Amino acid sequence: MILRLLQRTGVLLASLAVASLLVFGFMRVLPGDPARVALGINASDEAVAQLRAQFGLDRPVVVQYLEWVRGLVLLDPGVEFVSRAPIGPQIADRIQVTLWLVLAAMLLAVVVAVPVGVWMAVRHRHLDGVVMSGLSQVGVAIPAFLAGILLISVFAVRLRWVPSGGWVVPAQDPVGFLQRLALPAISLALVQAAVLARYVRSAVLDVLREDYLRTARAKGLRPVEALWRHGFRNAAVPVVTVLGLQLATLLVGAVVIERVFVIPGLGSLLLDSVAKRELLTVQAVVMVLVVAVLVINFVVDTLYLIIDPRLRAGAR
Amino acid sequence: MTATSTKTRARLACAAFAATALLTGCNAGAGSSDPTTDATDAQGSTDGEDATASGPVAAPPPDGSRSTETVRIGLVAEPASLDFTTTDGAAIPQLLLDNVYETLVTVDADSGEIVPMLAQEWEVSEDRLTYTFTLVDGVTFSDGAELTAEDVKFSLERVSSDAWTTSLKAQFDVIDSVEAPDDTTVVVTLAEPSNSFLYALTTRVGAIFDTEGVDDLANTPVGSGPFVFDSWDRGSKITLQRNDSYHGESPYFATVEMHYFRDANALNNAMLTDAIDVVSTVQAPESLAEFEGGGYQIVEGTTNGEVVLSMNQNEGEPLSDPTLRQAVRHAIDHQSLMDTCWAGRGSLIGSMVPPSDPWYEDRTGDFPFDPDQARSLIAEADAEGQELRLRIPTLPYAVACGTVVESMLEDVGLEVTIDELEFPSAWLETVYTNEDYDMSIVAHVEPRDLGNVFGDPDYYTTYGTEELRTILDEADTGTEEEQVAKMKEAAALISQDAAADFLFLLPNLMVADTDITGLPENAIKEAFPLADLARD
Repeated sequence: MILRLLQRTGVLLASLAVASLLVFGFMRVLPGDPARVALGINASDEAVAQLRAQFGLDRPVVVQYLEWVRGLVLLDPGVEFVSRAPIGPQIADRIQVTLWLVLAAMLLAVVVAVPVGVWMAVRHRHLDGVVMSGLSQVGVAIPAFLAGILLISVFAVRLRWVPSGGWVVPAQDPVGFLQRLALPAISLALVQAAVLARYVRSAVLDVLREDYLRTARAKGLRPVEALWRHGFRNAAVPVVTVLGLQLATLLVGAVVIERVFVIPGLGSLLLDSVAKRELLTVQAVVMVLVVAVLVINFVVDTLYLIIDPRLRAGAR
Repeated sequence: MTATSTKTRARLACAAFAATALLTGCNAGAGSSDPTTDATDAQGSTDGEDATASGPVAAPPPDGSRSTETVRIGLVAEPASLDFTTTDGAAIPQLLLDNVYETLVTVDADSGEIVPMLAQEWEVSEDRLTYTFTLVDGVTFSDGAELTAEDVKFSLERVSSDAWTTSLKAQFDVIDSVEAPDDTTVVVTLAEPSNSFLYALTTRVGAIFDTEGVDDLANTPVGSGPFVFDSWDRGSKITLQRNDSYHGESPYFATVEMHYFRDANALNNAMLTDAIDVVSTVQAPESLAEFEGGGYQIVEGTTNGEVVLSMNQNEGEPLSDPTLRQAVRHAIDHQSLMDTCWAGRGSLIGSMVPPSDPWYEDRTGDFPFDPDQARSLIAEADAEGQELRLRIPTLPYAVACGTVVESMLEDVGLEVTIDELEFPSAWLETVYTNEDYDMSIVAHVEPRDLGNVFGDPDYYTTYGTEELRTILDEADTGTEEEQVAKMKEAAALISQDAAADFLFLLPNLMVADTDITGLPENAIKEAFPLADLARD
């Protein structure tokens, strides 16, 4: 088990190193010079060169890369070129916003998807199960941003129940916070819940067909009881995998939803920084996302080992 | 000549950014009830003889009108920084000029004339080389320091120093010296007469800074204006507070919140759900329908934003042939284009001059819509089936109008391929810097930018003929009448040479709660004046 964990940690670190190289490299080949964007289209070449030097963009690429990595390790991604504002605190602010959004969406999705998925599996031969299954198929097909736009037009613009966008800090205005969180979280959760429910359904169906469950039922347990006592742990393995993957997609989906709902999260910061060619900010945000995804995978892998003793045995 | 060429470089279209501006910002501005006469006399009162004027500056604050209210304004592009001395883009002066920073003189919202702001009066010498400004007494900066002639000298000289890095600084290349003989007198001497100097003072290069307050312009602006910068929630809003020690008339609103939205729908939704009080610029004119008859006021005026279809005339490029360029101008049905892609809002101009400039002439008749004429010109140029790359920035009007231009040109037998380029970065690099395009569409929203956009062959519009540059030079150094006559001549030359096509002039479209007053009808300057706003 420990060997397995060390192995995975090694993979995690190697992936981070590769990712940092790729992110840095892509940023350097992206067209659009930050200095020219800052100075405007008519700046003289000398002025642009001078500003590039001020930004440190005239140094050898290797030096820039090492400097940047050093900053990342020390948790100091540097300052923005144009505004000279430190990047770290901005990311810290924005990440809180995005985390609220992603966690709320995840929670909503799980709360809805697990019972619905189990229901669909247990009732898969009945009309209600089939109808629900069809509905979940539709849910999978609706992109989050479209759901967002629809929800805004109904619940914000028509009914005026909640604001159409924006953000407040929960500590400052808890009610306003929940109002603003509701629609974007639901938009993100819809697709996730639909996807997750389908996975739960098939995982549970698989388990239902297992011999041990048949045995349990033969001993007189009702299907849901049997599932609860014997099947859940087994059904959980594929579901946890999907949850991990979905958490990663949620982070990325949040980028779009933040734009639709004017939420100042990591996604908005990323898009704005790309437009302004704030390379260091873009790199830092992308790295945060990369780290998040890699860590999620790591945690999922580790969870396998805990949930399923057979994997643990295999690892030895 | 130097003056002209530098000036040409100078305000050189903040075009692209301007374009954003337009989107974002160009509703800035001094409105005018009559755009055709407006600004005719912009330099007028000052050239030659004494110009003394008493502006709105000295009026005492009517305490009765002061409120504790907040007004929330929705805009499209957030500034990258608060320092317009080192960062280009229209969003910064739109927010700070006239609101946080003041200038010696400004453009009057109603008459279009240049009127006092920090200078209560000024004199221009006989030879039009020496400007003597007398400052308003008792002005303080928001950090408490007194505003003196030294601050003015410092600010104007700073533009020419290395501290200013944006290209706009070249507007002050014409300044020979700035002196401050006493606390309230500033004497500016020019190297040669320049009609555009006083106008330049009304723009961001004319902003007066505190000698002790320029350490952190990007985050902490210090000015003498009616508002002081309060806070910036990056990614969502910037807040200004009323300057309680303001020397002029105190603004009605205690707090102004500028809310930034990247998305036109989000901006409209915020207005529809009462999250903001004013939409400073409507991004999609067809969306106005949502607000019509729904308890909102809609302001429709004009701007300086000429939507230009530029044509690459560099040697060897297909459009270096004037016959083919003329064919393009004949092939475009401007009215129908504006109806299709901008909901018919805006005005047709035919050349590079908006009706709010003194030298405006209707030039829409130069190349009337005539597809047959276009086809025969194409045949004459031996260019049937010529392939042209229309490389447009990802800006709403450019994307919407690009496809219309494409279909109109294909109707007369040209092959057009549209490439969308991310704005600003990718567009700047490909079209602006590398001139790797055949045609492009960008709104040039800088005021009085004809010379900047067409006076320089190295500019991306690739025109700037010797003939035009001579005319522009004569316009700037000549008398005021000569300036108007010469600028008309320049506009006519640009149009007849088909230096570009002029699709239309962007309208200034705003939506606001019905009780908001003081909104500028026209957006013809860089600032979005907030001090005039009030609630009935």
